[in-house]
Amino acid sequence: MMRGYAGKLLDVDLSSGSIGETRVPEEDLKNYVGGRGLAAKIAWDRLGTRWENVDPLGPENILLVLTGPLTGYYPGTKVCVSGKSPQSNGLVGSTVAGEFGVDLKCAGYDGIIVSGRAEKPCYLFICDNHVEIKDASPIWGAAARETLRFLVGESRKNVSRIRPRYGEVKEPSILYIGPAGENRTRVAAVMSKYSHAAGYGGYGGVMGSKNLKAIVAKGFGPLPDVYDNERMLHLARRFAEDCLENVWFRRWGTGGGGYSFGAETSSEPVRNWQTEWHNRRSYRREEFDKHWVKKNWGDFGCAMTCLKLAVLRKGRFKGAVCDNPDYELEAYVGTNLGIFSPEHNIYVSYIINELGLCGIQGGAVLGFAAELYQRKILSKKDLDGLELKWGDPKAFAAMAEKTAFRQGIGDILAEGVYRAAVKLSEKKRVNLLKYAVQEKGMAIGAHGVRSGRDFISSSIAYACSVQAGDHTSPASPIRRGDRGELSSILPDSGVYCMFAAFGPTDREILDFYEAITGWKMSLREWYGEKALRILQLQRAMLLLGGPDARWRPGVDDDNPPRFWEPLPSGPFKGRRLRRKRFEKERREYFKAVGWDENGVPTEKTLRRLGLTDLETKLREAGLVT
Amino acid sequence: MAGEDRVWIRRNYEKCSGCRRCEIACSLHHEGRIWPEASRIRVLMLIPGVEIPHLCFQCENYPCVKACPAGALSVNSGTGAVEVDSSKCTGCGLCVDACPGRVPHLHPGRNNIVICNLCKGDPACVKECVKGKWGALELVPAGSVASRRALAKTPMELTRETALKIMGEEVLKEALG
Ligand code: SF4
Ligand code: SF4
Ligand code: SF4
Repeated sequence: MMRGYAGKLLDVDLSSGSIGETRVPEEDLKNYVGGRGLAAKIAWDRLGTRWENVDPLGPENILLVLTGPLTGYYPGTKVCVSGKSPQSNGLVGSTVAGEFGVDLKCAGYDGIIVSGRAEKPCYLFICDNHVEIKDASPIWGAAARETLRFLVGESRKNVSRIRPRYGEVKEPSILYIGPAGENRTRVAAVMSKYSHAAGYGGYGGVMGSKNLKAIVAKGFGPLPDVYDNERMLHLARRFAEDCLENVWFRRWGTGGGGYSFGAETSSEPVRNWQTEWHNRRSYRREEFDKHWVKKNWGDFGCAMTCLKLAVLRKGRFKGAVCDNPDYELEAYVGTNLGIFSPEHNIYVSYIINELGLCGIQGGAVLGFAAELYQRKILSKKDLDGLELKWGDPKAFAAMAEKTAFRQGIGDILAEGVYRAAVKLSEKKRVNLLKYAVQEKGMAIGAHGVRSGRDFISSSIAYACSVQAGDHTSPASPIRRGDRGELSSILPDSGVYCMFAAFGPTDREILDFYEAITGWKMSLREWYGEKALRILQLQRAMLLLGGPDARWRPGVDDDNPPRFWEPLPSGPFKGRRLRRKRFEKERREYFKAVGWDENGVPTEKTLRRLGLTDLETKLREAGLVT
Repeated sequence: MAGEDRVWIRRNYEKCSGCRRCEIACSLHHEGRIWPEASRIRVLMLIPGVEIPHLCFQCENYPCVKACPAGALSVNSGTGAVEVDSSKCTGCGLCVDACPGRVPHLHPGRNNIVICNLCKGDPACVKECVKGKWGALELVPAGSVASRRALAKTPMELTRETALKIMGEEVLKEALG
């Protein structure tokens, strides 16, 4: 008997309207666990043979929404969204917080596979085994508030119909997209609540390309049986206590970093990364506190509750609501746009969320456009009359809207920093890629590596990540105690929150996994085999890429040009990455994970891990010789 | 437990984090497993950011008990909590309609109502909330509350009141209609 898993996936084809179930073989669950790992396996099985021809925004792509065996039991819950990424053209495991994963498991599903494209805007409604494709035309075009108002109202009624006399129905969990997703931009997130987002990967656009506005889930069952309940609870309590003792992080969350990552570690994007330092005291966390509704904000089971709810109650931007932005949004739609006012940052974050843009990808492309305006490469006319001046919240909000709706210049910005840079370079006949701070089609997280003082400090962090610019999955040389990128595959595949997991060791997580599933796993098995196998799959899909862009192994495993320039200001002025050292670390890393000098998985590695189909495919593509 | 020692759970809706650890604690206590829908305390989130922990208020006049045609509901003389005799409960739902807060709900796996029994005077949910210092649930003497019946409101009413306080009228209108 399977423990910790519901035991089946929902398999929906929106083209034909068929709704079925798929059972994942136990062996695959043991090898790929869930979330990111299982996504890599399923995507490879379904799309692998024609990967480079699959348009991520076409009906042939699949959208995956997967829980993991730890989801719901671990005190900090996520769900993983995946598929072929319209940003990297590889596969990204993109996680988002909320109750969705718990509701899904309680409904009897470990995940959802969505394929095809619906003829009309629709949403998927799941209430236990009652699954329906419903009309979403009343909310097509709607932003977050309106979307949730409609879906919460309609879904509570629909659940009541299925369970009459139940009493008051608790609202179901909802994943949805905003206009940015509907318009198939590559900078759209899959949203949850008001400001939770699965941003990396660009799966909001994938949902939009399927005419899928939302997925609504309500589960009335318990979480699946576990193997050793007492041990599971004992460990869960310990993990929760670790969180409760983390006074600083509970108080401030990642949003405590908006000032310090600039002023202290000098690793925050400022005006499209023209520098990574600022010392604007207006941006101190105490200033953000003025807009904080004095409560911590969290999701199912979370003992950390690191989010802080912010509401603007008066002034020009009255009515804006968001988390008192988390660090990435403080940076990307704050300092990166020359905004140093918490009030303005909250407002732009709110707009970004309402539109369903990814804060990082959206903020990055807005900053990129603003730098081109600063350099007079783009004129006011090019920007449809908008003056994209640093620090102007209204201008950036207006440009965000154009981007989400693909209007005018927004149609180019909707392609994200990399593709916008390529297009605008052609148009302007200058090389604009030097201003594009991105990695393999994805804007990178708001953590620069030049000062060496950020918690992400390796020069290969982004260059060698199989999730490209994803700062939650950075590469680093594999040395004693450092597992490089492999370490992020554990939370992403067990599917629990890494911000609620500073305490436990990997061994304790695997003990917890065993208490839940009854399956033993040694650290060697995980890091030497299973996590490594997942990494190979992701690397192969990233290198196969296509159809609109393909990355050159080795050559494109590099930092954005700007990262090779010395830091222009601040306490670490003059610091730069060293090419020699970078190449040495990259070589070491490639070797440690079983790749050749260009980062292509070797025949030996693939055979040892039993991935011979990958080998064949890479050989056909001319990558393995 | 004598009447004057009775406890009551005070809710401070503006402080609720939505962590739902109270739901986990309650379902573990009563069902031995994590089962959010079977929890006697349910956190409703009709607007994200406005989380409402919803559970029995122990109204002084117990309209639910009076409404039950099967005699399945009674008041525990020690704790003052409503007790459900699931062998008598038919799941008709009349207590839900009688309750000013629409608190009782069917057990998700059985055809009977569940209502908070105050864990016999030692509420599991409160302990969890207090441990996390969220300040949303708090144990107070039952006698310290002027009218518990007056506090018993539906999730929708409580959401409106709370949203008005923390987000303001315009947001409430857009978020809830
Ligand atoms: S434990 Fe407290 S803060 Fe958490 S959801 Fe329950 S009432 Fe709210
Ligand atoms: S709140 Fe509802 S369930 Fe509780 S005593 Fe009052 S009427 Fe009964
Ligand atoms: S007091 Fe006990 S029964 Fe009542 S809601 Fe809290 S945990 Fe559940």
